[in-house]
Amino acid sequence: MSAIDPITRDLWQVIAATEEIPVGVVETTLLLDTRLALTRDRDGNPVVWLRSDEEQGDEIDPESILDRLPVLTGYGYIWTSLGNPPKELFPIPEYAESDRVNMSCGSIGIHVSAPRAVENFLDMGHFPYVHTDILGSEPHTEVKEYDVEVSEERDEVLATRCKFIQPRAAKSATEPMEVEYVYRVPHPFCSVLYKSCPEDEGRRDVIAIFLQPMTKERCRAHLLQSMIDSTSTITDLRRFQQTIFGQDKPILENQFPKRLPLDPRSETPIRADKSAIAYRRWLSQKGITYGTIPVAS
Amino acid sequence: MTLSLSDPTWYPIASSDDLPFRHVYQGQLLGRELAVWRADDGNVNVWENRCLHRGVRLSIGVNEGGELKCQYHGWRYANRSAGCTYIPAHPADAPARRIQNRTYPVREAYGLIWSAANDDQPFRPFPGAEGHDWFPLRPMPVNAAPEDVLAALSALAPDDQPADLMPGLSLRFGGTYYFVQPVDAGRAVIRGLLATQPDATTLRHYNELLSKLRDRLERAAAKKPAPEPLKPAFEKVSAELSTMPEIAVPRGNTITVVVKRKWTSADGVIGFELAARDGHLPTFQPGAHIDLHLPNGMTRQYSITNGPGDLMSYVIGVKQESASKGGSKVLVETVREGDLLAISEPRNNFPLRRDATRTVLIAGGIGITPLLSMARFLDKSSLNYELHYFTRAGDVAFRSELEALHGKVIFHTGLPRAEIGLTIASALGQWSMAQHVYVCGPSAMLETVRSTAAAQGWPDEAIHFEYFKNDKVIDDSSAFEVELARSAMTLHVPSGKTILEVMRDNGLTVPSSCEQGACGTCLTTVIEGEVDHQDVYLNDSEKRSNSCMMTCVSRAKSPRLVLDI
Repeated sequence: MSAIDPITRDLWQVIAATEEIPVGVVETTLLLDTRLALTRDRDGNPVVWLRSDEEQGDEIDPESILDRLPVLTGYGYIWTSLGNPPKELFPIPEYAESDRVNMSCGSIGIHVSAPRAVENFLDMGHFPYVHTDILGSEPHTEVKEYDVEVSEERDEVLATRCKFIQPRAAKSATEPMEVEYVYRVPHPFCSVLYKSCPEDEGRRDVIAIFLQPMTKERCRAHLLQSMIDSTSTITDLRRFQQTIFGQDKPILENQFPKRLPLDPRSETPIRADKSAIAYRRWLSQKGITYGTIPVAS
Repeated sequence: MTLSLSDPTWYPIASSDDLPFRHVYQGQLLGRELAVWRADDGNVNVWENRCLHRGVRLSIGVNEGGELKCQYHGWRYANRSAGCTYIPAHPADAPARRIQNRTYPVREAYGLIWSAANDDQPFRPFPGAEGHDWFPLRPMPVNAAPEDVLAALSALAPDDQPADLMPGLSLRFGGTYYFVQPVDAGRAVIRGLLATQPDATTLRHYNELLSKLRDRLERAAAKKPAPEPLKPAFEKVSAELSTMPEIAVPRGNTITVVVKRKWTSADGVIGFELAARDGHLPTFQPGAHIDLHLPNGMTRQYSITNGPGDLMSYVIGVKQESASKGGSKVLVETVREGDLLAISEPRNNFPLRRDATRTVLIAGGIGITPLLSMARFLDKSSLNYELHYFTRAGDVAFRSELEALHGKVIFHTGLPRAEIGLTIASALGQWSMAQHVYVCGPSAMLETVRSTAAAQGWPDEAIHFEYFKNDKVIDDSSAFEVELARSAMTLHVPSGKTILEVMRDNGLTVPSSCEQGACGTCLTTVIEGEVDHQDVYLNDSEKRSNSCMMTCVSRAKSPRLVLDI
């Protein structure tokens, strides 16, 4: 029943924010229909294994766990894999810049497939309707032409020159202004957004979404912000992202089918959906079937 | 009995009271979710509960009175046809008319809303339906198989007065009718109808009776294995839409309409109401026109004046021209109420953006027709607009329709020419971001608006106009070669012949309508060569781009043109 395609099985998958996992105490989660348990050892390193009868909150000696899943820490999160993952996670070079504030902004469960959530993250057209007066507002509804490519070298979807008029693009802004976005999809269930930075014209704020596919129709969205912002507190920045995701959640949960249909004839794309069209084709070519409805052969 | 997705039976799916003003109700029948909403004209719509764009439930959308607006990206769908009329992400484009949601048959009768999975059966009143003032009981949802619910209802009847089973999961005994709405294989709703208006004691009795029945049924159902839910499939969209990035002008078949009403609206303007022979007419967008095929073989374009979701008939205005030739004369003099006419599907060369902070509509005389439609759309969505209507004298066409609008409608009657210019200048004002002007009227007025707007800082993209005819003298003296890239043909266009004529002489089928460079039907992409634009359809920046042309009047300045045909 729970057939996981080999590509998905071999990927690194996010499961938790590192700092939220206590040392020597069991945390439980679900990944690709598989029950997992995790904790951290005395050095703070994550340990992940297939859950049997452990319960959330059990005390455990991590040394006693011998059958472990691959594990990696990256961008403030713990990643694991049910198969044979590559050596490294996809790059977000900005994360290492010393003057940035990097923070995990919490995890939010959504009753929709992970690819649907990625597609929503790539979408600008919904800003005025779903994030009214924050990321967009009527009547500024136009999605201007932008460029999309699938980079063969990096194996990722890249959308550039994405422009949208936002009512309050920055805290100081009083007039609507046009902001420019770049989107990367470097992993079938992760996307990175670069947004013009109000404090420094030459640099960009980074917001990334890492989706944990729990089942084919259920996921958890984990958020990372890597900001150049000397004024806002971490609480402010977190609250902002949680507001945005709180607005997306009810829309996504009313989407049918919950898995992302890859057949071009299942929904009606428009020019504004170029990045979504590229994303669907990329998933299709890779052979990702988990959380999608593949094109009938 | 097993439920079937293709069961053609009509079932009640809601009470009339479930559809208050501007509400969208979520219903379900035979496993399919439905978005049910009443438009301001009273019509009830039963649609598949899913926006065609990204699959979001339409039941969380906004009922705007004549259109339903999706919550996710603001797409608008028209009352009756469920055709998409507006895509906010591309506000300057007219959406393909074929973006149309799946609709289900609907009938409102006896205090209930009825629907069916398909059109295979006409609606038939249940036996004994006529002649009563029906009262619908509070619907009782039950988590049990519909056939079990029917059996349990039947068992409620007293022994000496057994229930009378009727077609379509319904029965009656005493004075009460019960209809079981098959929500899914394991879920049902009991909808009862009383033949007389009940008192509170009666209602309490039925409430208790049905609540107990529900509890009993649900206890029994919990002991049985749950039936497999029905699995309705979502129909695929057309191949054309799935690859859409470009938005195409639909070209379809002709539709036969009945002249339902013909009246004199104002001095020299005759109104025609053209109704579908059955059902409703196709979706149109504000600014759209139809081609009217006249009894004498001529074709003329007329704008639709209707408001959002108003699809039972199109109302057009025809100017009675004094010139002896012309289509208007035929329409005005020979076409009578009850006559049949052929029209094209609506086309839109004059799309209305709904993303303006201020919209200025300027009409001259009969040019009011497309702008009346636009004003009605803006009005329904409470968007900011001003309509300036210039007429020569006396009565103005469509006055009562204009006075019914809530926005700023200003009549300018009998102004001298010089004053018209000043009035237009002050109506426009200085341009600022997200302001748009739409103008329709005599050529002189269009020119005035275009030049005044340009002088007051309005960019080309903010000035929208539609010509009904091209008054310019066409210079067809040039001769040149045309290479048709996709057809792999090279044709010689001699002086005195149009590109369109030469293409047709060579066996190509190319769409056209007005053939005077006004309607935009023959718009063609230019790949190479310099165009000698002679039309009034393209705006100046489009002409400068040298990337498209109207093959019915425009020609080449270079010796050779390469077209994407």
